[in-house]
Amino acid sequence: MGFDFAVVVPYLGSLFQGAVWTVIVTCAGGALSLAGGVVFAVAALYAPWPVRWGIKGFLWLFRGTPLLLQLFLIYFGLVEIGIDLDAFAAGILGLGLHYATYNADVIQAGILAVDRGQMEAGRTLGLSQGQTLRKIIVPQALRDMAPPLGNNMIALLKDSALVSVIGVAELTLSAQLAISQTFRPFEFYATAGVFYYVINLGLEAILGRIERRTQVAR
Amino acid sequence: MDVELLLRVYPFFLKAALVTLELSVLSILLGLGCGALGAGARLSRHRVLRFLGAAYVSVFRGTPALIQLFILYFGGPQIGIQLDAFTAGFIGLGINIGAYMTETMRGAIIAVDKGQNEAARTLGLSRGQAMRRVVLPQAMRLMIRPLGVNINAQIKGTSLVAAISVVELTYTAQRYIASTYKPFEMFLLAGVIYLAIISATGLGLSWLDRRAAIR
Repeated sequence: MGFDFAVVVPYLGSLFQGAVWTVIVTCAGGALSLAGGVVFAVAALYAPWPVRWGIKGFLWLFRGTPLLLQLFLIYFGLVEIGIDLDAFAAGILGLGLHYATYNADVIQAGILAVDRGQMEAGRTLGLSQGQTLRKIIVPQALRDMAPPLGNNMIALLKDSALVSVIGVAELTLSAQLAISQTFRPFEFYATAGVFYYVINLGLEAILGRIERRTQVAR
Repeated sequence: MDVELLLRVYPFFLKAALVTLELSVLSILLGLGCGALGAGARLSRHRVLRFLGAAYVSVFRGTPALIQLFILYFGGPQIGIQLDAFTAGFIGLGINIGAYMTETMRGAIIAVDKGQNEAARTLGLSRGQAMRRVVLPQAMRLMIRPLGVNINAQIKGTSLVAAISVVELTYTAQRYIASTYKPFEMFLLAGVIYLAIISATGLGLSWLDRRAAIR
């Protein structure tokens, strides 16, 4: 049985639609992971100790277990305690939480890496604590954080394929549906791979621009 | 929390964990091999090899591991490659992590000070000797920690083969969730085992890292 990429053509529309959902899931999951990362990082650094240890335990648990398992837990498990999420919401929540734990690590390191003297100098010059944080600390921390956070976003894009397993109709599941009708796995998965590759290139270009803008002078 | 249920099912989870371990070890070994070849190709003097190395990294890091697994397992028979799920699983995962390890190894090699290579060449060592006796031993030290990150990711990554129905830890948890309707207990059990594997690996790697450090 050879290849026949002509079978893919009638399905390009539905694959494209799947790709759009992949982008949506990635953006929503990415936004949640960044917001969650900030919350977890700040809590792990500054919250009172019971909260701090609770957050640290959660981070340890979520970083040490596979995303796929977490997706199953959220999609099938939360129903048990009365939270009934549809696959789309469960997928975004799972991706977002999983990557929030990685982002939290990056953000904590970024905040800690800014020299303490910077805060002291800012305050001495008459800036308030909030102003110093906003104008002095955060821009410097962002410089260090942007590249690793960008890597996490790229990894999140590729891991968004996992939400197909709980039934989110993104690119991978669109390919699977087409395969169930045509019995041509190679052609469709390869095409899906090309779609992912192109989305990945686009994301890398956007992240590259953001990264350059955050590289304030050292 | 249904403790009685946990006690009843944990032996099956431990058996599945052995499959996860096997998959991890085999795919990591394959990944290290692919990484070494890839890094060698990317640092080669030959343009074609450099291009092949760069293409390998770009394609396998640019697409999801799940899609790569599906192409190998479901698409393979179309081009005459018929593998059972376990074999397809560790080969697919190994080639995938190999692309990441290629970059890790290349990074460690170029992080060794250029003066080391120049000094070795000046002392009369050939290109190959300088690489083998001077640059690589130093690069090895530098790569232990980042390779540890790859290895940690790969152990969790073995869960993907659940999607091609290899009966490993995640697939087992999934099956027991479906039959017992106790997702939290099953998640907890599988999660504890993953954490144990990853923590043990982490301890081993940091021991290796400390031993390799220059004293």
